[in-house]
Amino acid sequence: MTPELKGLLLVGSLKVTVGFSVLLLAVAFVTWLERRVAAWIQNRIGPNRVGPQGLFQPIADGIKNFVKEEVLPAQADRTLFLLAPAMAFVPSLLLFAVIPFAAPLPLSFDFTLPVLGRFVHTGVVPMIVADLPIGFLFILAMSSLAVYGIVFAGWSSGNKYSFLGGLRSSAQMVSYEIGLGLSLIPVLLIVGDVRLTEVVAVQQRSAWLVIPLTLSFMFFAISALAENNRLPFDLPEAEGELVGGYHTEYSSMRFAIFFLAEYGALITMSALMATLFFGGWDIPFTRWDQGEPSALKWLLTLGSFVGKTFFFVFCYIWIRWTLPRFRFDQVMALGWKFLLPVALAYVMVMAAAVWTFDAMGWEYGRLYAWGLFVVNLVLGGALLYGLDSDRLIWGQRLQREGRM
Amino acid sequence: MAIAVKVMKRPTDKISYLRATLQGLAITFRHLVAPKWTMQYPEEKSQGDWSISPRWRGTHRMLTDEQGRAKCVACGLCPQICPANCIKLVPGEDEAGHRYPLIYEIDEFRCVFCGYCQEVCPEEAIHVGVHYENAEYERGRFVYDLERLCAQTYPVSTLWDPSDAKGE
Repeated sequence: MTPELKGLLLVGSLKVTVGFSVLLLAVAFVTWLERRVAAWIQNRIGPNRVGPQGLFQPIADGIKNFVKEEVLPAQADRTLFLLAPAMAFVPSLLLFAVIPFAAPLPLSFDFTLPVLGRFVHTGVVPMIVADLPIGFLFILAMSSLAVYGIVFAGWSSGNKYSFLGGLRSSAQMVSYEIGLGLSLIPVLLIVGDVRLTEVVAVQQRSAWLVIPLTLSFMFFAISALAENNRLPFDLPEAEGELVGGYHTEYSSMRFAIFFLAEYGALITMSALMATLFFGGWDIPFTRWDQGEPSALKWLLTLGSFVGKTFFFVFCYIWIRWTLPRFRFDQVMALGWKFLLPVALAYVMVMAAAVWTFDAMGWEYGRLYAWGLFVVNLVLGGALLYGLDSDRLIWGQRLQREGRM
Repeated sequence: MAIAVKVMKRPTDKISYLRATLQGLAITFRHLVAPKWTMQYPEEKSQGDWSISPRWRGTHRMLTDEQGRAKCVACGLCPQICPANCIKLVPGEDEAGHRYPLIYEIDEFRCVFCGYCQEVCPEEAIHVGVHYENAEYERGRFVYDLERLCAQTYPVSTLWDPSDAKGE
């Protein structure tokens, strides 16, 4: 092996190791955040005993889960039962591989280790674990694989509640996969590439995609809630109805792995929202971050990405502790009778708008984005007017008070 | 006969799901930033608004006279009235003919904290206390003997006064 190849391998393996360790740490942090925010919303304080502000609580929980007894139900299908947590956990982590999380880092080294020999690396390291040319197609594929873990868990437990949970999750996740996919098509229309690095680059050059594709973002956010089994769509768990849903029979670390998978998916979906619609690691209102790569730029853009991601994580937690659970038929109706046709119509309208703008010879840029934003505004207004029976947010109240 | 389920018609022209959702989010956010109620227990003990009632009935305390002897005259009323049968009393008599308890034990595990012993005591000797931190490492430690009952220092419970029902 040449020193250059070894350097490349070293950088690659470091990126994978550090990236996924940090992701796992972030997952632990999010479980803590969930409990703290839940407590704050309920006027409580929440776990604040282990470490500063209770930050080490997830570690204590992890140790607790490791030393707990593991129960294998007599009725369980052994192979699938043991396989299911891994099946749920791996896709939610793999998703993160295609998300660019910071500006490229310039890194040059040249050193020699005793046995391994010389390592050389010059140039910049792209801050993405795997810049796959299939980009978010990979995300769609992987996020639909995650359902197998849950279905296997539900089926193999040999418990009717787990089975119902698995059944619900398969129906729900397959339905919302469509909403997720359709909400990504307008992104494809504008960017013209499925690679997430390209999506971020286009947003940096012009405007964040949330401006031209506001409704798409809304559809994506709703579908992501359902894909992650978060409240108000946590039907597969539904602790009030199904005991614990698909993970009722799981104990010890296997249960914890389901837990990690859920929060891993939460972080990944939030990161995806930040990347697809909010510019990824772009720092708003400045073009400084697009210039020559530097360590400072890397750090600040990483901060920007983490900030955006955790904003969405917080929103998810906030929504969870606000909205009650949907009924199962309502979830299905929302997915098939509302999201599917509306998202499909939206794709048509956006395609027409993009085609018109292109036919007029406009390049994609600020003006183009705001033009599409106006289209979104009109569409969103019409949608909410037809959908929301109180005629937009304040309509009826204004009418009652005679102000409209 | 079929069970008739009354289906409420939703006032669809009066409600807005979007507004309700946003209002809900606003409410939860207000609670998110609002001051918290939790008392940080081992650091903060009950006080102020959180203080326990003077009529709280906790573990017992035996009052003593000026010489430090238990006020108890071993009359036997408290084991008699105790509904949980948790008081063990063996009376004794000194040379002067004064009765005193040879053995006086209260099993705090059996006790139901009704406070009858305090109510019935003619000498105002045995009392239930305003106290709640009773944790022990062994079960045996929950049988309080006379020495231990006398050694307690926490305030004693105030009995309910029918003429002042609300304690004002």
